[in-house]
Amino acid sequence: MDRAAVDSKIRELIEPFNKKGVSLKDETTFVGDLEFDSLTVMDFVAEIEDEFDIIISMNQQAEIENFGQLIDSVTKLQG
Amino acid sequence: MSEDSGAQNSGDLFSKFDDIIAMREGLLASGVEDPFNLVMEKVLSPTRAICNGRETILLGTYNYMGMTFDPDVIDAGKQALTDFGTGTTGSRVLNGTYQGHKECEEALREFYDVDHAMVFSTGYLANLGIIATLAGKGDYIILDIDSHASIWDGCAMGNAEVVPFKHNDIEAMEKRLKRVPEGAGKLVILEGVYSMLGDIAPLKEMVAVAKRHGAMVLVDEAHSMGFIGENGRGVVEQAGVIDDVDFIIGTFSKSVGTVGGFCVSNHPKFEIMRLVCRPYVFTASLPPSVVATAATSIRKLQHAGNKRGHLWENSKRLHKGLTDLGFQLGTEQCESAIVAVIMPDLERGAGMWEALLKEGLYVNLARPPATPANMTLLRCSLCAEHSDEEVSTILGMFERAGKATGII
Repeated sequence: MDRAAVDSKIRELIEPFNKKGVSLKDETTFVGDLEFDSLTVMDFVAEIEDEFDIIISMNQQAEIENFGQLIDSVTKLQG
Repeated sequence: MSEDSGAQNSGDLFSKFDDIIAMREGLLASGVEDPFNLVMEKVLSPTRAICNGRETILLGTYNYMGMTFDPDVIDAGKQALTDFGTGTTGSRVLNGTYQGHKECEEALREFYDVDHAMVFSTGYLANLGIIATLAGKGDYIILDIDSHASIWDGCAMGNAEVVPFKHNDIEAMEKRLKRVPEGAGKLVILEGVYSMLGDIAPLKEMVAVAKRHGAMVLVDEAHSMGFIGENGRGVVEQAGVIDDVDFIIGTFSKSVGTVGGFCVSNHPKFEIMRLVCRPYVFTASLPPSVVATAATSIRKLQHAGNKRGHLWENSKRLHKGLTDLGFQLGTEQCESAIVAVIMPDLERGAGMWEALLKEGLYVNLARPPATPANMTLLRCSLCAEHSDEEVSTILGMFERAGKATGII
């Protein structure tokens, strides 16, 4: 899947977690803009992992602050 | 997905704690006694103390087997103080291994029927040391999301990739194991009893899945030692998987009744951990009196069938009694000696906690982030020394406090 396809798939997956309907740009942050708490992060990460059949370890999650970084990481992790 | 930080930092390194300072002030402003600053002025027995000036029944101590005042255990401690002094002033690998440390490890090997036992200065250090040392760069740790802080800190201290899965979810665990790159080392970390809700892990299935995927398995049995399983070896024994588990972590600060931690294993190379495990090497060993009390207590726990039976009766009775009163509990059935009562929120939880304390009952108030799903819990842990009458008294206290605070 190329970056654009990953982007649109993750937009789909994030919908139920994006309770306030924040519009998503590459620089949208998960903790700040989307107000994800640690439980939401866990559920959301699990959804992405299952959809793309990848592992996003806690170590990798620590490097991902915004939507664009997530798309980049998932695009790369599918490898 | 890291926390946002630093933006509002004016140079005071304490500003990151402003939220928790405000939360605590808000709680105390409501007039409630500080739940995190209780002082026991006098301890009368494993189940009674004078707390903040009141005689109180203790129902939140993890002193499951009531060994803290056992006369044989106390005598062993006194004798060791007389014979070996107050402390070792040294690391286990330098001047800090006394006869008592070896005897304590011998008692553990017999208790668990294993080849190797390594005693740490606390249970926290046992998890920290074993996990951080075992799983290195390029290895994968697959662990339950509700794992204890000492397990998470062990993960954070090491260099392995850390992959959590949903609590007690066998399928979620297996999916993650399948995705680990070929050839990478794998350590699965589970707990026998999860201390927040008192629920147990489906270890029979989980250990089988972990082994099928070639992972080593570590199980923390802090909250089961002495009373779960035929010989009190924990949920691993009850589930019939003790021989498939590579490492069991435990503590002396619960059923054993003192302080300290340990890891037992049959791995043929296990003894090398004594040289490479930093939380074992770079801290002082336990005082001689502590290892003497631990060894005596462990040996007595091997033959504590009656106490074990009474602890289970107490736990089941409290669980059923609270359910019948209308409280919402962490588990549907009684699975361990922990009974967790779910509170609607922190404010009302603190109110109920205080009402119980005024009735003369101490339980643990547990709040996020220590709790799963942001719950506020009143956590009760039973002791084999609670009498039938005390359990009845406790239920009466819960009923009155619950009605007074509108929880039931």
